[in-house]
Amino acid sequence: MGGRMYFIIVGAGKVGWNLARELIDKGNEVTVIENDRDRYLTVEQELEHSVQYGDASELWVLERAGISRADMVIAVTGDDEDNMLICQVAKEKYLVDRIIARVNNPRNRQHFELLGVKPYVSATDLILRLLEHEVPEYGLVHLLDLPEERLEIIEMLLAKDSKVSGKRVGDLDMPEGTLLISVLREGQGGFVPGPDTVLESGDEVLAVLDPTVEEDLKAFFGPPGGDGAS
Amino acid sequence: MLRDGNEVSCLDEDPEAHARLEVSLDTSWEDHGGQFTVGTGLEIDALTAAGVEKADAFIASTDGDNTNIIIAQIAKRRFNVPTVIARILDPLRAEWYEKQGVNTICPTKVAIEMLEAQVKEAGGAAEAGG
Repeated sequence: MGGRMYFIIVGAGKVGWNLARELIDKGNEVTVIENDRDRYLTVEQELEHSVQYGDASELWVLERAGISRADMVIAVTGDDEDNMLICQVAKEKYLVDRIIARVNNPRNRQHFELLGVKPYVSATDLILRLLEHEVPEYGLVHLLDLPEERLEIIEMLLAKDSKVSGKRVGDLDMPEGTLLISVLREGQGGFVPGPDTVLESGDEVLAVLDPTVEEDLKAFFGPPGGDGAS
Repeated sequence: MLRDGNEVSCLDEDPEAHARLEVSLDTSWEDHGGQFTVGTGLEIDALTAAGVEKADAFIASTDGDNTNIIIAQIAKRRFNVPTVIARILDPLRAEWYEKQGVNTICPTKVAIEMLEAQVKEAGGAAEAGG
């Protein structure tokens, strides 16, 4: 975001307005589109010509905002249908390279997927993710998911009865398609383990893996008796 | 369509909408072989309950263009309904989605054409008369 880019943001709610302010401060060009007259007048006092009044699900409103030269379209209204369609049209009709859509109701995520509107951001999902992170008993925590690339990074707490605690990393027979990348240890912070690192219970291990072998990895780091690890 | 001997299933988020279906029917909508489900078109469970999986045709005609465009695409892409039609009031968007393979009906366009035809006809009659 160093260079000057042109962003169209649809929806001047809390998310849209603050996002616009940040992007403008960083030297970018921004047009916010808001379809509520009162809200538009409020935001216009600060953003001036950078906000336009109109319903961005109508094509002429997007065209007036200069969508064909936009580097990115971000749809953050409180209405999932609007967000989906605006991004779909931006991508497929106006060939905008990059879009970001906000998901208000997580149950609508499947529709965003179906219409090819990606990436999308869901506040509910983000909070759930944080919750998993804050409550490690939850088990395996997803730190990064790249389903298209078939790659994910997970974090897992080694319980007292974990099969791998007390073992040298060099002696571990990790499941195929997984790689141990970091260990977070109480009092030592995080470090990249070498072959001689001995894992301890209470360690949080970070691994990169193919999502299809997630269960294998879970069993591998888990207590004895589970499947998938020897 | 029910009268023509077809099976018709209606999905509406308003349970009261059922009463409207029975206007001008002597017995209930169900007695005529109709089906009615309460829910929205974005709920997969509601669409399934309404029988989208066995539908030959799917018509999205809520009062919202956006809703219609999305549920028409869900019916087409997810449930592979052979014929899908969406009501889109905005002529520009109707044209675009038509090109994308969504069959559309644009009441605005139809009304404009009818109005134009009537005006021309009236104008022609006035000229012929005067």
